[in-house]
Amino acid sequence: MNEILWITGGRIIDPANKRDETGDLYSVDGVLVEQLDDTQKKAATKIDANGLVVAPGLVDIHVHFRDPGQTHKEDIASGSRSAAAGGFTTVVCMPNTSPVCDNAGTIQRIMDKVARESIINIYPTGCLTIGMDGEQLAPTGQLKKAGVVAVTDDGKCVQSNEIMRRAVEYAKMLDLPIMDHCQDASLTQGAVMNEGEWSLRLGLRGWPKAAEDIIVARNVILAELTGAHIHMQHVSSANSVDILRRAIARGISVSGEASPHHIEFTDADLKDYNTVYKMNPPLRTDADKEALIEGLCDGTLACIATDHAPHSPDEKDREFDTAPFGIIGLENSLASSLGTLYHSGRLSLSEVIALMTHKGAELCKLDAGTLSAGADADICLFDPDEEWTVDPKQFFSKSRNCPWEGQTLKGKVKSTFVAGTQVYDGTSISA
Amino acid sequence: MSQSLAWNRKDLIDVEHLSRDEIETIFTAATAFKRAMEADDKKQPYLEGRTVVNLFLEPSTRTRLAFEVAASRLSADTITVTGGASSLTKGETLRDTARNMEALKADMIIMRHSASGAPNYLSKVVDIPVINGGDGSHAHPTQALLDSFTLLEKFGSLEGKRITILGDILFSRVARSNIWCLQKLGAEVTIAGPSTLVPKEFEALGVHVCHDLQEALEDADAVMLLRIQHERQTATHFPSIGEYTSTFGLNKQRAKWLKLGAIIMHPGPINRGVEIDSELADSEQSVVLQQVTNGIVVRMAVLHLCYCAHNGKSIELP
Ligand SMILES: [Zn+2]
Repeated sequence: MNEILWITGGRIIDPANKRDETGDLYSVDGVLVEQLDDTQKKAATKIDANGLVVAPGLVDIHVHFRDPGQTHKEDIASGSRSAAAGGFTTVVCMPNTSPVCDNAGTIQRIMDKVARESIINIYPTGCLTIGMDGEQLAPTGQLKKAGVVAVTDDGKCVQSNEIMRRAVEYAKMLDLPIMDHCQDASLTQGAVMNEGEWSLRLGLRGWPKAAEDIIVARNVILAELTGAHIHMQHVSSANSVDILRRAIARGISVSGEASPHHIEFTDADLKDYNTVYKMNPPLRTDADKEALIEGLCDGTLACIATDHAPHSPDEKDREFDTAPFGIIGLENSLASSLGTLYHSGRLSLSEVIALMTHKGAELCKLDAGTLSAGADADICLFDPDEEWTVDPKQFFSKSRNCPWEGQTLKGKVKSTFVAGTQVYDGTSISA
Repeated sequence: MSQSLAWNRKDLIDVEHLSRDEIETIFTAATAFKRAMEADDKKQPYLEGRTVVNLFLEPSTRTRLAFEVAASRLSADTITVTGGASSLTKGETLRDTARNMEALKADMIIMRHSASGAPNYLSKVVDIPVINGGDGSHAHPTQALLDSFTLLEKFGSLEGKRITILGDILFSRVARSNIWCLQKLGAEVTIAGPSTLVPKEFEALGVHVCHDLQEALEDADAVMLLRIQHERQTATHFPSIGEYTSTFGLNKQRAKWLKLGAIIMHPGPINRGVEIDSELADSEQSVVLQQVTNGIVVRMAVLHLCYCAHNGKSIELP
């Protein structure tokens, strides 16, 4: 292979290298290089990026691709295409598949399928506990050998403080990042939405923020006790942000992520019992939303992650109580995040890109999210100002459970490259 | 009441979205039906040849019977589908069940469902009128309407009247619908009971929240009791039935705190000796049986109005 790529005239934004300038970007054989020589220039495929942002391929450390087990919702192939269309070149898959990823065999099966069917970089995670039952540690060492980049029981939360303590101690020994879905299950029995004025109005069982805050606080205490780093997934409450902020200030090794939906929607959006707003953790109040944005602005929350959670239309098309939790988000994540953070004037373009690239990559120790010379030529070209209307029917995901349906968003992915090969051209998957 | 009849709704899902005019329209029709009933003119022709489906997916005897009687007083044929017998227990979705009812040429569906919002969903799935017979903890509009109708018979107007709703507010669709209905009609509403079942956040709905029984009863023109079902909701919201009764149960002694002439209401069925003393439940102050009778005429009014609105018929009253 001798493929040479020459992206000209774009606004190159590479937050990891503090670069934001108009210029050219080059790659040879899938790897970024500083310069091309004259022969290479003649042989290069030229891409005109005038008026576009040239960013590192986006990184999402929290997606559900439902493979194995529920491939009618999504699978590695469709998930990877959905990601590519959203500008993502690297994603981290959650282990709550069927069977769950609590053994090396399942990880191997996923890795094989990724090698065959994925058009982007997909990394698996392993469970913290066997069967995600929260009772017995999963074989973390074997999982690591099989290729997981982090451990989590996402979708569930280890309720026993003793098991959690041992799980993080053990994972730390193996230098594996620990992520946690923070939910005290005793406080959320039968709960389907945020507890507050709207749950009272709608007569839906309320899910108090305390269910999250208590576990975030527990994890802060365990991180301090063990010295391990614990990453809080999809933080949704103001209190959790505050607990994290104070912990980080005290030098405790914890971090958190926010999802595009928690910084855009609130529990008031559930007023018509539309199940597309049913998610875990639930949408909170305006004050929580504001605290999450503030957390992203001041660095308390390290990154944006979609929690892309596909469900088939007939599963969502039912009474609110019985519909599954979760929404998809990969194909609109950039545009909706730009809307709430950049077009609103809260953050610079470079800061938003940082939250969607190298910061998440660093948490999971992934070699991704930068445009450094020598790195894989994973690149996202987008127009930050182009408007488009979200139509989930056009999505590459197999699922349609997207609350942005019908919204006009600003920010359009024009091209996605993985290791120097174009996989998405702004309308179709080209890999 | 002689204002024009304002009604354009195909469905009755909740009271929250009804205007005061709409509520009064229901009462105008209910009054006409009640007058006819008292004149022994029990059966009205307005739904003759029509089929009303009672889709009761959560057990209920009282409400189901009241709707069945109301529909038959309007000369409709009724089909009752209850939870256990329906194919929903075999995995059929609510959408499929409802579309089937429609294909069977049902003219209206009355639904009781354990999930809040299920009638909102159903009304989007089918073209025919959907009447909410109670959904989860969300709404029980006909119960609230009959409660206010009963109060209006007593007081003439609810403007400035103080009504206390006592008991399990958190899980009560009756309370939620009454809060909207009473306030729309000008009443001041206090909700009372243990703090675990009467959360402070309800104040956002404009009501006064109170955890002291005497304070809750003292100024009330009427007190609405709610059924306490300790086991149904959750065992963690209060210590025991005995504890509830000793703290919030209404007995003859405590009833003396009420204003002279204040009335006692209960949507039934009553747990005698739990939320209220047996003797008090049967006393002059109690309007429990009027509530049941009014439940028929209010539901006749609702069925009639929604049917007319959906089918573009002008509203006639006896
Ligand atoms: Zn989760």
